[in-house]
Order: sequence, then structure tokens, then C-alpha cells
Amino acid sequence: MSTVMHSPAAMNGDPLIIAGVEYHSRLLVGTGKYKDMEETRAATEASGAEIVTVAIRRTNIGQNADEPNLLDVISPQQYTLLPNTAGCYTAEDAIRTCRLARELLDGHELVKLEVLGDEKTLFPDIMQTLQATEVLVRDGFKIMVYTNDDPIVAKRFEELGCVAVMPLAAPIGSGLGIRNPYNIMTIVENATVPILVDAGVGTASDAALAMELGCDGVLMNTAIAGARDPVLMASAMKKGIEAGREAYRAGRIPRKRFASASSPIDGTFF
Amino acid sequence: MHIILNGDQREFPDSLSASQLLQDLGLTGKRLALEINREIVPRSTFDSHIIQPGDRIEIVHAIGGG
Repeated sequence: MSTVMHSPAAMNGDPLIIAGVEYHSRLLVGTGKYKDMEETRAATEASGAEIVTVAIRRTNIGQNADEPNLLDVISPQQYTLLPNTAGCYTAEDAIRTCRLARELLDGHELVKLEVLGDEKTLFPDIMQTLQATEVLVRDGFKIMVYTNDDPIVAKRFEELGCVAVMPLAAPIGSGLGIRNPYNIMTIVENATVPILVDAGVGTASDAALAMELGCDGVLMNTAIAGARDPVLMASAMKKGIEAGREAYRAGRIPRKRFASASSPIDGTFF
Repeated sequence: MHIILNGDQREFPDSLSASQLLQDLGLTGKRLALEINREIVPRSTFDSHIIQPGDRIEIVHAIGGG
């Protein structure tokens, strides 16, 4: 076989399934903070991501009528768009945003729900997020929810009907990596819906660690867009995700305090 | 008539449909969503939906975000 068409994950029949749809990439990427549309396009392509987040904002009225449109480079035909509610601090604003996104994207129901509590940390406001979840689930939305790394809260979102639960690794855009791996592991072990780390990863090893902990995927933006070379970092993240997933499936060796020789003791001639 | 468009006070002729408003703004055919007084106006009703004086109108689109 001269050409490998699919990633090993896809070849091994290890798809990520969200709301009944199979994906072969476990890396989800945002489209914010890039220097221009071309860099957005190139980095998104290099990441191999199939699910891509977008924000919903006011159209500029009367200025730059011909400015490039994000959806010209991130085509809804090519990618599964995941509109987010970034910037919302109340359940009401998040619900409005999801409804506008659904209209904008012709009835598309998959959304990333985030309701923020504080500008300094961008930590989620769990009470508001729970309220929004109840309304949006009744309204037919398929919710991937941004939450903190609390296993009790994560389970609650699952019980309310979220199609994926996305605990943060660290504050949005911080690049601090996974600050609470034991909680992430507990959330994964308790879950029957996909668990994705959303926010806080800084580099490829952070993404690999999330996958080694058993997460079903990772969603990131700043770690790629803010890298010195975003396209190269997108490629690195893709590999980190794949390596971490394979390592998780392969089953790592237990940690031991002392050595264990790799070469046999028997048959030595000295 | 006076309306509030994406947070700004604006003047438009009376009896304007949503389609005509978008045309006046050079937004015809763009991928956007329209909300008037916090209610979604479906694209299929743009021709028949008449803008009322004092309406609070939001026109949104997708941009880069994480």
C-alpha cells in the first residue's frame, strides 16, 4: 500500500461520535484570533479538524460590505460548524445567540454553549449554563457544553441531555495545560457522552495528555492561533491528539519506582 | 421612521419590508440572521415582514471565534 488515506484512528474504526454523527478527527478548533482569513483557512486545514467553532456577532452596517466572510473560507459544506455563545454572561443571551445561529445556519442544531461568569477568569457561570441548557434542550438543540472540571456538574449536564460535555483544562486562552488531571479522569470515567477538553491547552503535549486521560477529543483555539507559526502548530496538535488517543487505547504501563530490565537476564555469556 | 439597527439609531422610509431593509444596507444574499424585538425573523418571511417604527433590529453573521 503506497498511500495511507486515513488516519490510524479512522482506519482502526475508532470514530468520535457526537449526536449520532461519526467524526474521524478528535481535534476541534476555533477560528478566532488569526491574523487573516488565509491563515484561518490554512491552520484549520492543517489541523485536520472536522468540527470548527464560529462566533455570532453583529454584521458591520455600511462598512466593508465586501470584506471576506469567514464562511467563504470555512465552508459549511466542508466542515461541521459549531456556533458558540462566547461572550454571553446570561442564560438569556446564550439562548438568543443559539437561536440566531440556528437561523443563520439553516436549522443547524449543534451548538457550543458557554455562559461566562467572570471576565478575568472566563470561568463558566454554572447556574446560568444549567438554565440555558434546560431551555435549549427543550428547544431541540444539540448542546456541547463548556463547563468547569467538576465531575458532579459534568454529570448533571449529561443528565440534562447535552450531547457532549467539555470541561476546561485551564482558563480560556491561558495555555496552562491540564491543571486537574484527576478530575478530568473522573469526569471521563463517569460519562456516557463524549468528554472533550475545551480551553487551556498550550502545546501538543497538553493535547496528548488530555487524550491519554481518556478524553474523546480536545477543542482549542488560542494554542494554535497564538503560536508563532499557527499552521505548524495546527499540524502538531493533530499529531498530539492522534498519539494521545493511540496511547490511551494501547494502555500504558504502570508507573514503578524501580527499574525493570528490557534485555533478558538469561543467556548472558559474561 | 426611526429604528434601532445593531444598537444605532437610524432613519428609514415607512412601510419597509425586511428584504428592502437588507437591500438598502447592501446585505442582500449575505449569510446572516435577523432578529426584531428579540424575535427571530425567518429568511422565508423577509419579503412579507414589515419593519415597524421603533423596532430594535439585530443583524448578525458568523465570524472567527473559539
